[in-house]
Amino acid sequence: MEEVQTRKPFFDRVMASTPGGNTLLGCLQCGTCGGSCPSGPDMDATPRKLFAMARANMEEDVLLSNAPWYCVSCYYCTVRCPQEIPITDLMYTFKRMAIESGHYNAESHADFSQSFCGYIEHYGRSFEFGLATRYHLTHHPLQMVRKTGLGFQMIQKGRLNTAPDRIHDMPQLTAILTEAKRIATEDEL
Amino acid sequence: MSQEHNAYGYYPGCSLKATAHAYGDSTERVAEVLGLTLNEVADWNCCGATEYMSLSAIPAYSLIARNLSLAAAQGHQEMISPCSACYLNLRKANDSMAKYPALNEKVNRALGAGGLHYDPNSLHIRHLLDMMVEDVGYETIAEHVTKPLSGLKVACYYGCLIVRPRTDGYNPEYPMHLDRLMQTLGAKVVDFPLKTHCCGGHMTQISEETAFELIRRLLHNAADYGADMIVTVCPMCQLNLDAYQPQVNAMFGTNYEIPILFFTQLMGLAFGIPAREVGMGAEITSAAPALGKIGHEEMEPARPKRRDKKSLPMPQP
Amino acid sequence: MMEDRIGVYVCHCGHNIAGTVDVEHVAEWAASLPGVAIARDYKFMCSSLGQELVEKDIQELGLTGVVVAACSPHMHEPTFRRACERAGLNRYLLEMANIREHASWVHQHDVESATEKAKSLISGAVRRVMELEPLEPFMVDINDATMVVGGGVAGINAALELANAGHPVYLVERDPSIGGHMAQFDKTFPTLDCSACILTPRMFDAGNHPNITLLSYSEVEQVDGYVGNFTVRVRQKARHVDTELCTGCGDCWEKCPAKVVDQEYEAGLGYRTAIYRPFPQAVPKYPVIDEESCIYYQKGTCKACEKFCPTGAIDFDQQDTEIVLNVGNIVLATGYDLFDPRRVPQYGYGRLANVFTSLEFERMLNAAGPTDGKVVLRDGITEPKSVAVVHCVGSRDENYNPYCSAVCCMAALKFGHLVKERTGADVTSFYIDIRTTAKNYEEFYHRLLKEEMEFIRGRVAEVTDAARMPGEEGKLIVQVEDTLIGKQRRIPVDMVILMAAMEPRNDATDVAHTFGIGCSEAGFFTEKHPKLDPVATMTDGVFIAGVCQGPKDIPDSVSQGAAAAARVLTLIGQGTIAIEPVRANIDEEHCSGCRICNNLCPYTAIEYLPDLEVSRVNPALCKGCGTCVAACPSQVITGQHFTFDSIMAQIEGVLYDTYNGNGYVSVEHEVPLATG
Repeated sequence: MEEVQTRKPFFDRVMASTPGGNTLLGCLQCGTCGGSCPSGPDMDATPRKLFAMARANMEEDVLLSNAPWYCVSCYYCTVRCPQEIPITDLMYTFKRMAIESGHYNAESHADFSQSFCGYIEHYGRSFEFGLATRYHLTHHPLQMVRKTGLGFQMIQKGRLNTAPDRIHDMPQLTAILTEAKRIATEDEL
Repeated sequence: MSQEHNAYGYYPGCSLKATAHAYGDSTERVAEVLGLTLNEVADWNCCGATEYMSLSAIPAYSLIARNLSLAAAQGHQEMISPCSACYLNLRKANDSMAKYPALNEKVNRALGAGGLHYDPNSLHIRHLLDMMVEDVGYETIAEHVTKPLSGLKVACYYGCLIVRPRTDGYNPEYPMHLDRLMQTLGAKVVDFPLKTHCCGGHMTQISEETAFELIRRLLHNAADYGADMIVTVCPMCQLNLDAYQPQVNAMFGTNYEIPILFFTQLMGLAFGIPAREVGMGAEITSAAPALGKIGHEEMEPARPKRRDKKSLPMPQP
Repeated sequence: MMEDRIGVYVCHCGHNIAGTVDVEHVAEWAASLPGVAIARDYKFMCSSLGQELVEKDIQELGLTGVVVAACSPHMHEPTFRRACERAGLNRYLLEMANIREHASWVHQHDVESATEKAKSLISGAVRRVMELEPLEPFMVDINDATMVVGGGVAGINAALELANAGHPVYLVERDPSIGGHMAQFDKTFPTLDCSACILTPRMFDAGNHPNITLLSYSEVEQVDGYVGNFTVRVRQKARHVDTELCTGCGDCWEKCPAKVVDQEYEAGLGYRTAIYRPFPQAVPKYPVIDEESCIYYQKGTCKACEKFCPTGAIDFDQQDTEIVLNVGNIVLATGYDLFDPRRVPQYGYGRLANVFTSLEFERMLNAAGPTDGKVVLRDGITEPKSVAVVHCVGSRDENYNPYCSAVCCMAALKFGHLVKERTGADVTSFYIDIRTTAKNYEEFYHRLLKEEMEFIRGRVAEVTDAARMPGEEGKLIVQVEDTLIGKQRRIPVDMVILMAAMEPRNDATDVAHTFGIGCSEAGFFTEKHPKLDPVATMTDGVFIAGVCQGPKDIPDSVSQGAAAAARVLTLIGQGTIAIEPVRANIDEEHCSGCRICNNLCPYTAIEYLPDLEVSRVNPALCKGCGTCVAACPSQVITGQHFTFDSIMAQIEGVLYDTYNGNGYVSVEHEVPLATG
């Protein structure tokens, strides 16, 4: 006999991948999150709607939404939610799931996060100059012209280092991250 | 302030070494004047900002936890973070590891690959502002003020991550401790309803339309309430409001010229530390005109804005 | 000694028990226990057929004890005790084994363990029932006087029902006047009749009824005794006004120079003087002096009221007095506190002048209120052109109160109607769900829809004065997700009304403790049974009515007041009441007279007899708690119905090794001196 499918595999996975995620079961659909969100007007679906869609197991629609990529991590939704749902953390979960499944929208900003973290994995510290030049040259070459002016000013005022800062024990960090990535493939949180 | 309480582990974070070096410089000088010892955690790494958590949770937590482990191993019980984003991440890793045993086990397994280990809650992570007002205290700070900021009208901007999602007893929507600190320095504090609203975070890099609107709202609100400057506790807030102010003006046809300073810079100035030593001049929108005022006017009590003078008002709740 | 012949009855409780516990197996197994004459399982033991089964067996098989394995004794112990009695078996030879709450409900996913646990509980009950002795209840007289605590609409109605039936009532009110929250309101939903017009006649009746003694400005300090015979100590606070002389003319408060914000009656929206009568229709009509704001009490001089009082009624030396009441029953109708919306900082209350609470707004609407019923902004003159009504402030929110506050939806609709009627302003309701469930309520909602009140489905995210775009300047902006559209919206308005939740009184847990009753997790008083006994409590003779039991509107509060009165009248009508004989008993022959028990007894039920040099329990005061039984160094106090032997036998029974069938476990224990 075939194995019985859980009723809402995607919804269950969303909850399981987020610490405290099962509070999502108590969502009242009140809209406090969507009303509080600073970038709510730019989202194609509010967090509230994403949760309803997740509950309906609409995996593709949820992961293709631009909403998680517009999350600014201000945590207004989280502290205001009357059901104490960790909404910001759920946005991170949606982003991770979108990247893992390769399902994300082309205009999303996954590669910004990826570039940013690439520098961390190389140097142990963030590297704004590298990030700014690489990311903006590929994405916003026109804005680059304006930004160049700002960039020079920042360099002049000692606020932008042209060479990356690095930590001493890079091998240790690499070992930790390599193991962490291996563990991450094992199962959910 | 007790003797054993004036030494802290210190996690400056990447920004304080670059875009926010003014914050780092002023923090170190102010700490010196107050007799505080900030011991920088040796070989700390980036906290991952708001990005790493979008990629993969266990590596993101492990990246942060390396710092916790190093700090604890270097003998610190309390670690101070001046950057709100770092503060949030460090706290989040500690608290989540304490709350979710499965996560704790996995993160420690990853740390083990680097010969490290971290027991959740062995380190108390605090924001610099919290340490200043709680440990040093307003009274001690007042004692060090030699050049009060009389007449300077400041909008106190807390941003998000210092009060959310972990409030530490501060009001998550309308905190007042920075306001009180600024008043202690002699500054006049204007009401600033958007004090805990978002500066746009990483959106300045990704979607200017989204970010610049958020920045515009903040500048507009501060200007509306007559602030000479905005004072911040977070490198990201400072960068977004300060460095992008000209571009925001260009996009919306506005002409804001509101300097954005770190609270430690104003503490330094009030303590009589020379401006250059607290990173003055590093800001893109110059603070020089506003600072021209310092020391010339008597301090006046802050008055709420827009009170109707006519007719009998009902009592305020 | 007579041979034990115990009957065991295992109830299915429909699916409640039988769905988890293998009841047939359990009954079969129970039949094999030593001393068990018969064991049966049945679908519903509490049905009349189930009870007849027990009665028949008692008579035909000559049972010496009965074990009913079913639900909690809370509900049906009395049922089966009566059944035993009908069949001629002493009612105290019954034991309930709770295999529903203690087994099937808590181990729903583990049939085997639940079944084994049921067996263990039954084994304990069987062993215990063998040790029980027949007892007879005490009969005590019921004092026909009743104390009603709280003079709001629920308490007033309870008091009037009892008084009209011819029985004395003491109505104790903490504030200077009765009336409660209803006296603050303007109109009542959905009929829109004037709150004062329908309440004040009742207040007058309560204040002037020959059978009602009104103790206003008074608080209950201590309650002793038991159903039928409570002794209550009440502290009547000093009014500093001699009510024998005062005519309520008002000269005193007109001359009083101390003006303060009236946080009570006017909900902080208006002012009063230091000597004041809360409102013109106050009952009683006498003013009080508030020492906190009185210039004489604070600075030592003034006494303007005394100078102008035509009857010499002002008495600055008046002290609090203590009154002792003897009553048979108590009705608690202590009402609620309003949630303080400062706790939701994003709504701006206390910071943004034109954000009001629902109670402030009631005062504003009231023709006798601070604005003479005009709807205006806090400046006192400007009429709003647009008003937002925010639902669920401090309710339906895990950060504050998870419960629904029940009345706010209807009150919000009422506000919508009245604002439109008086100002023509646009009114928008921001709601999560509109709850209009009682008679004529949904119709009222439809009426407001037709009156063009706007409804936006979304819990308000924030109220701010930070203008973002043209049209928002100088306004309060309500930011919300319109969940039916799925978009964030910002609605600029002139005034915001926060529908704040009803909360338990801040001292509700202390009050519950004083009266020996329970509180729910939220802090509302706990009823004996949520459906079938909603106004009684677990303490006989103490009843509850109105919002102190949970959020409810005026019709429900009035109904509960009347219901509580009816429950009291039943007891008064009986004249006497049977009291459980579960009491401590001192073996006076062996009592050493050490008096340790005297001081430990929480009910001061043990007195020392100096002539005999022994202690004696007053069975009327004893609650059978067992403190003295455990404390007696000579072990000469017995808890009737909970004797040492019965408790040990039950423990041995529970420890019966159900898995191996090894028989009884023997618990090593020291045999008490006196009973050994």
